[in-house]
Amino acid sequence: MIRSEILREIAPIIRDHLVVCNIGLPSQELHMIDDQPTNFYMLGTMGLSSSIGFGLALAQDKPVISIDGDGSVLTNLGTLPTIANNATGNYTLLIIDNGSYGSTGDQPTYAGKKTSLTAVARACGCENVVEVQDRDLGPVLQEAIDSDEMTIIICKCDSGNIKLPVITMDPVVIRDRFMKAVQA
Amino acid sequence: MNIDKRITDDLVANGVSFVTTVPCKQLAGVIDEIDQRDEIFHIPSNKEDEGMGLCAGAWMGGKRPAIIMQNTAIGVTINTLATLIQYYRMPLPMLISYRGELREPVACQVEMAVHTKALLAQMNIPTYHFHWQKDVEEFDNILKYTFMCNKPVAILTDANFWGGYGDQ
Repeated sequence: MIRSEILREIAPIIRDHLVVCNIGLPSQELHMIDDQPTNFYMLGTMGLSSSIGFGLALAQDKPVISIDGDGSVLTNLGTLPTIANNATGNYTLLIIDNGSYGSTGDQPTYAGKKTSLTAVARACGCENVVEVQDRDLGPVLQEAIDSDEMTIIICKCDSGNIKLPVITMDPVVIRDRFMKAVQA
Repeated sequence: MNIDKRITDDLVANGVSFVTTVPCKQLAGVIDEIDQRDEIFHIPSNKEDEGMGLCAGAWMGGKRPAIIMQNTAIGVTINTLATLIQYYRMPLPMLISYRGELREPVACQVEMAVHTKALLAQMNIPTYHFHWQKDVEEFDNILKYTFMCNKPVAILTDANFWGGYGDQ
């Protein structure tokens, strides 16, 4: 499965929850598949999906899911020790690991080579780290959301992209709509 | 006057309850003070752009955030300031240790100091420079201004403000 197929499959699971979605194609795909006020689309700032989602999870009680990628986590590896050492049960970090920088032309990442983000997350002190194959993600993600424990999911999948338009919604509109959904 | 206590009092009085830090020797006292306050959740960051991501999330979650860091971090965070904090119009008070200014003992710190105000000006970031201890009296108003206009705002605090590094 490629990322867009995964997002299509988990859309019903994450629809009613606060989601912070990674820059580039992941946000564009989620926006096209199932746009929701509970989705915060990153239009820039590669690497910070996990940090934004984690700050949000620490600030309020609703479940928060950060959708991140292997390349983006590699650009902000310092996020994993911070998350591990300040764990909060309402937070789930979903790393869609296709071993490539999808938005820029599928150049390979080190996570697709020797580096295991699962092992890195564990070494950083994350206690509940699950590596899962794409087709098995749904139940694992549902359990992570339902659980009182913070979960880091590394979902291994194929690289590949679909053609789709950029998000033209104004960033302040995205943010304002999202904040109202947080407060609702 | 204890400026560490004064700064922390002003943060609490303005409802700032989520603070992330990347440390600096000059900021050690204020970080200690923040750690002692129940009203403030303190989460150290590994890098300042990560910290700004945490602050963005915390603000959208209903908390008033602040970041405490060195001026070298301006070099690290230009993209995050432009494409996250400014683009989505979010408030972020940045209490910044202004290394490389008068009474600085480490020459390399001057190399970023000479770029600091120019970079902040280029980014259209409102910038205040605390040089004398009495300058701290403006901090309360700066916090109110920041959360009024939903912008990142820089408060540069130099070695003279913090009392220097002792005899040199």
